Amino acid sequence: MEYTILILLLPFLSFILIGLLGTRLKPAAAGAFGTIVTGIVAILSYWTAFSYFGAGRDASGVFPTLIPWNTVWLPFNGSLHIDLGILLDPISVMMLIVISTVSLMVHIYSFGYMKGERGFQRYYAFLSLFTMSMLGLVLATNIFQMYIFWELVGVSSYLLIGFYYTKKEAIAASKKAFIVTRFADLGFLIGILIYGFYTGTFSFTPDAPALGAAKALLPLALGLMFIGGAGKSAMFPLHIWLPDAMEGPTPVSALIHAATMVVAGVYLVARMFPLFIGYAPEVLHVTAYVGAFTALYAAVVACVQSDIKRVLAFSTISQIGFMIVALGVCTSADPHEGGLGYMASMFHLFTHAMFKALLFLGAGCIIHAVHSNEMSAMGGLRKYMPVTHITFLVACLAIAGIWPLSGFFSKDEILAACFDFSPVMGWVMTFIAGLTAFYMFRLYWCIFWGKENTELHAEHRPHEAPLTMTIPLIFLAVVTLFAGWIPFGEFISSNGQAYHIHIDWNVATVSLCVAAAGIALATWMYMREDRKVADGLATKFSGLHKAAYHRFYIDEIYQFITHRIIFACISTPVAWFDRHVVDGFFNMLATVTGKVSWGIRRMQSGYVQRYGIWFLGGALGLTVILLLI
Amino acid sequence: MDYSAIFSYMYTETALIGVMVAAFLYDLIAGKKGRRFFHPFVCTLMLLFIAGTIVPYHRESAEIFGGMYVYNPVFGIVKSILATGTLIVFLQADSWLRREDTEFKRGEFYVLTLSTLIGMDFMISAGHFMMFFIGMELASVPMACLVAFDKYRNNSAEAGAKYILSALFASGLMLYGISFLYGTTGTLYFDDMTAKMEGSPLQILAMVFFFSGLGFKISLVPFHLWTADTYQGAPTSVTSYLSVISKGAAAFTLMAILVKVFAPMVQYWQMLLYIIIILSITIANIFAIRQKDLKRFLAFSSISQAGYIMLAVISGTPYGMTSLIFYVLVYMVANLAAFGVISAVEQNSGGKVCMDDWNGLYRTNPKLALTMTLALFSLAGIPPFAGFFSKFFIFAAAFEQGFHVLVFIALINTVISLYYYLLVVKAMFINKSDSPIASFRSDCSTRIGLALCLAGVLVLGIASSVYDGINMFTFGL
Repeated sequence: MEYTILILLLPFLSFILIGLLGTRLKPAAAGAFGTIVTGIVAILSYWTAFSYFGAGRDASGVFPTLIPWNTVWLPFNGSLHIDLGILLDPISVMMLIVISTVSLMVHIYSFGYMKGERGFQRYYAFLSLFTMSMLGLVLATNIFQMYIFWELVGVSSYLLIGFYYTKKEAIAASKKAFIVTRFADLGFLIGILIYGFYTGTFSFTPDAPALGAAKALLPLALGLMFIGGAGKSAMFPLHIWLPDAMEGPTPVSALIHAATMVVAGVYLVARMFPLFIGYAPEVLHVTAYVGAFTALYAAVVACVQSDIKRVLAFSTISQIGFMIVALGVCTSADPHEGGLGYMASMFHLFTHAMFKALLFLGAGCIIHAVHSNEMSAMGGLRKYMPVTHITFLVACLAIAGIWPLSGFFSKDEILAACFDFSPVMGWVMTFIAGLTAFYMFRLYWCIFWGKENTELHAEHRPHEAPLTMTIPLIFLAVVTLFAGWIPFGEFISSNGQAYHIHIDWNVATVSLCVAAAGIALATWMYMREDRKVADGLATKFSGLHKAAYHRFYIDEIYQFITHRIIFACISTPVAWFDRHVVDGFFNMLATVTGKVSWGIRRMQSGYVQRYGIWFLGGALGLTVILLLI
Repeated sequence: MDYSAIFSYMYTETALIGVMVAAFLYDLIAGKKGRRFFHPFVCTLMLLFIAGTIVPYHRESAEIFGGMYVYNPVFGIVKSILATGTLIVFLQADSWLRREDTEFKRGEFYVLTLSTLIGMDFMISAGHFMMFFIGMELASVPMACLVAFDKYRNNSAEAGAKYILSALFASGLMLYGISFLYGTTGTLYFDDMTAKMEGSPLQILAMVFFFSGLGFKISLVPFHLWTADTYQGAPTSVTSYLSVISKGAAAFTLMAILVKVFAPMVQYWQMLLYIIIILSITIANIFAIRQKDLKRFLAFSSISQAGYIMLAVISGTPYGMTSLIFYVLVYMVANLAAFGVISAVEQNSGGKVCMDDWNGLYRTNPKLALTMTLALFSLAGIPPFAGFFSKFFIFAAAFEQGFHVLVFIALINTVISLYYYLLVVKAMFINKSDSPIASFRSDCSTRIGLALCLAGVLVLGIASSVYDGINMFTFGL
């Protein structure tokens, strides 16, 4: 399966080509080229998946881990070396499908959405770069290669968030995203170095005897790695960059900040799962609590936001929280005895990528139609945009967890895993699932029903998006409708053995009831034109409402810590030290150098006979020194 | 005596003599029309030569002619690197050689350059001090002719005179040292000498004298004084050849002889190198800061680079030798790129090589300015260019052997070197000029040469297979 290297090379070439040709290429040509390349990559990915899973299990009943292509890039010693290669195993193949599918949809969609934008070619070049980096991340054969692509993903995300580089907010958001994730990546890097130093390998699966003394340090290394994952996956308290990242073009939000890059942290934990479960189960459970708190926090905040992309952003944070929780509640590698969460998490990652991309692309159509992100500019849009309306509704039902849409199945598995772990965790997550249903339907009613902003709509009549934008919507909606029926456990499970998914009807009934209650509440509060109940509640609990609207002032706390504490108490003295002591030292070096050079310039006199004297004198002088020592 | 060894082990030198003779005959026979293809002809021959010898034919080392000539795969690698550099010099020299005043002596340039290369190859493969000395002289004497190639230009003639006088002085001193060695050991064969080295005062004196001869070639302080005048006066293509090929060959030979012949005196030559490295890097840097003439500037830069190369020698380990060869390779592409740009600008602007004349070059010739910048970045050792990796490896090699203070001094000096390298970049990109060098298009041959160098600067550091390939064959103490 050597051809899998093309999956990485093609988008890279496309990036180089579109990037170098730049505006010399017609916008349509750049777009078409990028899209065709991504299409080929998608076909290759599907073919890889088909032949990988088609080849069947090996004698021990698991899908074998293949490395069809590998090169030792930087050897340190016999065992420790950085490789670049391609690793195929069930989760990387699954990610291949997710990334290439969503990327292709976004490529097609952007044709319509970005039409006429300045820098259209640049946009497609960056999309290619991102696709390459993300695919490289999931296909990495070792933790260091993963880190390299991890940073590349961060760079492309930075470039795409700041795509509208004339817009102040976009620049601030891109910087924020980059700095916060880089800060987290520092933890990741230190974790990798500790891991590499003590285990003597960067491989994901070190030999058990080789681990030896490293066992004691594995929890620390894995915990630090999780900090990196938490940064990319926007876990509390490192989530602050994601809502701001919505300043980027909406298709980018769909691709990077909903479906692929933000789940890199989940993928990382899943990748290191054997080590987590084997040597650091307590760290794994800590991630579960972090995930649960994040999910709850983000869901509450999502209930009161007025910018539709921010609602979706917080919803994404909350859903990633679900995936992390599912991984974190695992207590063994056997899916029948406490290892169910692994499969559930990956399943939810898969379905969530599809319906969240759909939601974002739908939001893009709406923004395209009304030229605003604010809910107040919307209302009653169902008449104008039927396709967007129906597909959006499908996605809302899926994320709320209504049978038989895909979200129901994956969320049900997660909740079952949580109840296995502890009833408290189960009930908390069920409650958050209810909140999810509530805020998603709040969004749905406010956009498509409710009070229409007739003034604005009379001035500029909303219209359905062009075909290039609706086709991806329809495709993703179809996937969302049927993805739940995929026998996911047959492909992916915590120990690699086939696992037959069976729905735990106790859990399912409860979660369905809670979801229905959430939807009903949202309908009651927001469906009608006047929203007496909602407004009444908002004024009655105005303190809480305001706090939630301001995301519980987390950004302000950051602002305070960075400006008042770090900048004032650390950076200023350091800057002073740098200005006066460090610079002073180098200025002194420069002055001394200048003086000395003036002093010894006579050495280079131009007289060859003097050169001879220096030559002989030097040789004799050196001999004397050597003899004396 | 079985003469088949000439072809089976001495194939590099044999083939190179063939190339030289072919160039010589072509020069004699070709008519006016044929001369137009002289340059492509020589370059093609060189390319074939490199392609044919780049992979060592034998994995084991061997001695022929009773130990006079030593075959070793790592020697073969070094020779291929030197030949590649020579090819790049040829590519960049074409526009200069086509000038009216040099057109008629193009053949001489090729033949003289190739004969110095043959000399260096013999010097590298020597197993006996006489052989080594003959090789070195074979490299030195034609080099003086090359330096004085534009003999009607005063600068060039002066440079030639200074070069030959200094070279004679160095050779004399070296021969004197070798005679002491013969006197104390009774042999000139490398293999037999090692056992009889005990570090007596006379042997120390001999070693320093021997060292000074090669130190002259590598232009280490205090044997460097000819460098600036010669580099400035010689034709630019000759300067680039001198600064890279001649220096690289001498540095490698020095290491090979120090670890082989002078192994018992390791503490003495490490001390010697310790002093020399500090002197070379620091003094060259101090001088480089003040230079306004770019060729003179690069002369001092090359002296300080030579000091860095000695960092690899001082370790004396196989790892050090690998990093030395890698450093020479990387230094070669970067320096040839810098000289290539200087040569192109010089040819097209009527000899402008002063830093102030280069102000605003980026606006008129962005590609050349960019090439120059990348080359200087690599020389300064800025990641991700190849120069960073090569510097990293030599620092690691020296650090590993416990030369911590020395590495620290070298590191401080890289900061200073960054300053003067960036001065050139600043001139090209930031400084404004009322009369910048006019926009021009350099010829195809120069562009191929520059592209090769640039590819090296960008790729060599990242492509670890190059480093690993060298590492397979190196040896040390």
